[in-house]
Amino acid sequence: MVTTVLSDVRRARHLAEQVPDPELPMLTLADLGVLRGVTITADGTVVADLTPTYSGCPAMAEMRAGVAARLRDAGFDRVEIRTVLVPPWTSDWITPEGRRKLAEHGIAPPMAAPQRPAGPVPLTLSPTRRTVPCPRCQSVDTEETSRFAATSCKALWRCLTCREPFEYVKEI
Amino acid sequence: MSDDHVYLSLAEGHDDSDARWAFGTGFEDPLHGVDTAVPETVDAARLAATCLALGDDALVLAQRLAEWVTRAPELEEEMALANIGLDLLGQARLLYARCGQTDGTGRTEDAYAYFRDTGDFRNVRLAELPNGDFAHSVLRLLMFASWRLAHFTELAGTPDPVLAAIAAKGVKELTYHRQYAAEWVVRLGDGTEESHARMLTALESQAPYWEELFAAEDVRDAVLADLRQVLDAAGLPVPDPAPLPGSGRDGEHTEHLAPLLAELQSVARAHPEATW
Repeated sequence: MVTTVLSDVRRARHLAEQVPDPELPMLTLADLGVLRGVTITADGTVVADLTPTYSGCPAMAEMRAGVAARLRDAGFDRVEIRTVLVPPWTSDWITPEGRRKLAEHGIAPPMAAPQRPAGPVPLTLSPTRRTVPCPRCQSVDTEETSRFAATSCKALWRCLTCREPFEYVKEI
Repeated sequence: MSDDHVYLSLAEGHDDSDARWAFGTGFEDPLHGVDTAVPETVDAARLAATCLALGDDALVLAQRLAEWVTRAPELEEEMALANIGLDLLGQARLLYARCGQTDGTGRTEDAYAYFRDTGDFRNVRLAELPNGDFAHSVLRLLMFASWRLAHFTELAGTPDPVLAAIAAKGVKELTYHRQYAAEWVVRLGDGTEESHARMLTALESQAPYWEELFAAEDVRDAVLADLRQVLDAAGLPVPDPAPLPGSGRDGEHTEHLAPLLAELQSVARAHPEATW
């Protein structure tokens, strides 16, 4: 019995992990780091914990629906999707595999998120030089064109070597 | 469900109530599955009032930011303003959901956004002022984001775990908002004669509304330090205006809020039970 439950949890987790992200479909929810856990309660309910990337991310409802549908289709009748807000999502949770897939699709993966001590967030007005390598030609001669792009989680950059624009998943 | 694409499988028509993806009313609870118990030490009515005021600030300014769509000076700025508005809208949804759990009414986020009238809104008047020109909009955003960032930083340690989590998440987003606005205020203040003059006009007309932000909290010094840093770099004076009487926190608003709400609420009120 214990073995069955264990293998059920493993199977449910694997199913949930493979659900694609609606906005970045080359990534799974596991790659993106938004699937925070999958457990099975004593009454057999599969509980999957999801965390939003940004507060206003409109993809959250689709993610929830995607995980629930995938688990039900696989025979898990009782499924509960919980929202987890703590700790808040950070781009550091995108897995190495997720970073590889982003780059492969022409999207620059995020650099390490800033580590801030508790307390007021300082405001820096001097330009911060960051080097985001071009995902196409690997040139580091690139520049930011806009810190906001087609989805909350991305910024717009362009490569000055191959002249191509590209998106960058913002560090947060 | 087909494995290819989540949107496609949703569009096929799931009988699942959570398979709803279009924009509109009838979203599911954004706090679904979060432990919503209020700790014993927390005054639920005060908590609800805080969530309502912060939710109203975010909803109203999100609406103003969305008005820039198709009108911004450049496509990149339009996307930036819309994205900032989207973050604020997300914060508003979470805050309204928390308010509904704690004010004893059990209302949903839609009830707060669409079915309250001008006098019921508790946003600061700064948020509802018309966009004006780009100088007006970025100065307002700088003040709003600086204040909200400082306030959310404090709230991340508040005893209510749900509000603390909403605030901690918001801090990351607001850091980007403040940065965006600060860079524009410097660029315009330190730009041409025309852009400098427009920033001065914006400062003069908005400064009397600032005091309202500080009424209940102790973040004034931190916010004014941010502001001074930006205005110094922009070559702009730091105004010291007499505050205007009244407060949006008491439901007293300018004549600009009612038309904003009329536009925001018209579809939901014409079709009160509709979902799509």
